[in-house]
Amino acid sequence: MPTSEYLRERIETALPGASAQIEDLTGGGDHFRAEVVSESFGGLSRIERHKLVYEIFGDEVGGPIHALSIKASTPEETT
Amino acid sequence: MSNEEISEFIQQAISGNEVMLFMKGTPEAPACGFSARTAAALNALGVEYAALDILPDPRIRQELSALSNWPTIPQLFVNGALVGGADIVTEMYETGELAEALGVDQPAEEEVPEAPAVGAPQTAPIGLENRLG
Repeated sequence: MPTSEYLRERIETALPGASAQIEDLTGGGDHFRAEVVSESFGGLSRIERHKLVYEIFGDEVGGPIHALSIKASTPEETT
Repeated sequence: MSNEEISEFIQQAISGNEVMLFMKGTPEAPACGFSARTAAALNALGVEYAALDILPDPRIRQELSALSNWPTIPQLFVNGALVGGADIVTEMYETGELAEALGVDQPAEEEVPEAPAVGAPQTAPIGLENRLG
């Protein structure tokens, strides 16, 4: 079963310099909320940012990760 | 119905409806909180939209995600293009971008209702016969 820590590591490894805060929304290890801050999102549309995060997990989203809610920001946008 | 026929039906739904929502359940009876939130944003804007329940056959979701390259449900399409899922639609509702994309005025209230609107939505969704069940 995926954990918040697992998701955080995967995202931060795939997007160098990214920081991710993960919340297990149900406590059941299947519905997560990820707030990701990364330079990688610069110049990308919302759709492209979300796809970048979804792509890290491939088939796991929709599989063991039933739902992944995403907020994707650049460091500039969070200040 | 073959997978190809399902895929074709989905493509026709996307191209044939200006505002097309793929969701779990229906706008009147959403089967998932994310779908409920997305339908609620559209209802709050009072736009006409078509909605298709993906639950009757697991292949609907498979074929939809293969077409859109988007893994989760709901998925909102406007003028044939994927706008996003619940997070993006909610964000765009709150910033007024969704109203702009749909060519309507932003309503006065700021918050998207958490729960689906009680009773009928302000604008009845266009009936889209679900022939995929």
